[in-house]
Amino acid sequence: MKIKLTGRVIRAGRVEGEALVSHAPIGFLGGVDPETGVILDPNHPLKGKSIAGKILVFPHGKGSTVGSYTILRLARSGAAPLAMINANSEAITAVGAIIADIPMIDQVDIYHFRTGDLVRIENERIEIVRENNL
Amino acid sequence: MTDLNLTSEEQALLEGAAGPGVQRAMEIVVALGRIYGAADLVPVEHVQISGVSYKNLGDAGVAFLHEWAGQGAKVRVPTTLNPAGMELARWQEMGFDAEFARPQLAAIDAFVRMGVVPTMSCTPYLFPNYAPRRGAHLAWAESSAVVWANSVVGAFTNREGGPSALAAAIVGRTARYGYHLPEQRRATHVIEIRCPVKSIADFGALSYVVGKAVGDGVPYFVDLASWLPPLPDDLTEGGAAGDRLKTLGAGLAAYGAVALYHIEGYTPEARDLGRKLLSSHAKRLVVESLDEGYAVMDANPETTEIDLVTIGCPHASLSELRRVAERLRGERLRARLWVTTARLTRERAEAEGLVRIIEEAGGEVVADTCAVVAPIRGLGVRRMATNAGKMACYAPMHSGVEMRYGTLDQCLEAAIRGSWPKALSDQ
Repeated sequence: MKIKLTGRVIRAGRVEGEALVSHAPIGFLGGVDPETGVILDPNHPLKGKSIAGKILVFPHGKGSTVGSYTILRLARSGAAPLAMINANSEAITAVGAIIADIPMIDQVDIYHFRTGDLVRIENERIEIVRENNL
Repeated sequence: MTDLNLTSEEQALLEGAAGPGVQRAMEIVVALGRIYGAADLVPVEHVQISGVSYKNLGDAGVAFLHEWAGQGAKVRVPTTLNPAGMELARWQEMGFDAEFARPQLAAIDAFVRMGVVPTMSCTPYLFPNYAPRRGAHLAWAESSAVVWANSVVGAFTNREGGPSALAAAIVGRTARYGYHLPEQRRATHVIEIRCPVKSIADFGALSYVVGKAVGDGVPYFVDLASWLPPLPDDLTEGGAAGDRLKTLGAGLAAYGAVALYHIEGYTPEARDLGRKLLSSHAKRLVVESLDEGYAVMDANPETTEIDLVTIGCPHASLSELRRVAERLRGERLRARLWVTTARLTRERAEAEGLVRIIEEAGGEVVADTCAVVAPIRGLGVRRMATNAGKMACYAPMHSGVEMRYGTLDQCLEAAIRGSWPKALSDQ
């Protein structure tokens, strides 16, 4: 099964990977380990999971604006997501994507995605490939 | 998709006409403009940059800033810098570790390469050369300064982040949305006060009560002016009014996410427009007491021994330094005292002999940093006291210290005795 979507490009790029979906916002400063990509926030539904190497799908960022530098630190540690997809982005995540060179799209209905989906991104275009129709 | 209109010059910068450093800056400004639905970009007169402490930047951040500088990024408008993690000239004698100091100095060097003035202070509005004027468009990071600029001065700025403020400085513009638009400056909450609000600490406690309730809204205080001395034209010395407003704004930004407040009959926009500033669905909040604020800020009431008293969050004004020196003249301190301030303000205080009086008592007038951004646990600090609402919010969270909170007189008494005094008569 394939789903095709388009969004608004924050940082252009072409990448393919596995989706990790969070329906809760993510606070990067203090909420994600900048060295490993593991979510540290004790109240986050994905606590203990790593965002490294994933297509990270979430509604938007939250918390301190220093979180943009956390996203940069993730990228330099090799622990950043491959790409980020937001429902409605905000300054922390968008600026983080631009300074860390991580492809990013927003204005996307994130309810189309499930964790484990294969996701292909090419600039504003997204393709979701799901093995079995669950 | 929102249409963001760019001039041909802006479009050229976005396409790389001035090199990759400027291009990246323009990408940031344009991305924010699109996300927040700006119609165009607006030139800014001054930029204040946050994200200076090595604690937050990490090695990746320091390397990135140098790469940006190496790509030819230079600021186009006067740009000043937030506090760093240590005092630059005296870090060794103050006990900071070289492993922290070296990358911290490297970070500041990168900003200086880009043309930023290394003021290392959260109070650009106390500098005669940078104090903003009413109606000026700014790109300020540092939430406490943002509140001051919007509220006390009537300048226009959003709460920028560190990299977005730097990007705005490099292109000399920011996206016109949010608090740059008059219609976004209306009040969302009407605040009525039913209790005395006298000391700086009281204004800090009030900032907790109101900040928690309004979040990122715009509070309109209907009767706070009666608790404030008149607002002078020159606020660069702080003064009785300025020192109270400084702590109020910093706390509103820390406990809530306030970027603008109005005080009826007092702050510039409220003087001109009065209740026309109220949005039609503004909510009413009555403050009956400050107890809730004091209970949260004075977080460890069982703690009596004090290691470090800190005054100056936001950075101490000249008038606060005068009050500290007046009280400490001829005293001998038992606890460590940091009066944290801007180097520029310390120079003004030195000229008046205030620094010598504080140092003779055994206190320190610390420039460039503060106990929020400095790694104070590494200096052996476990039990702190302050009269500043924002410090009471962040120091326990960032550094895991125990906190006592009270008036300036209580804090100075604690520094003299080495232990927290019972309540003193106020001011």
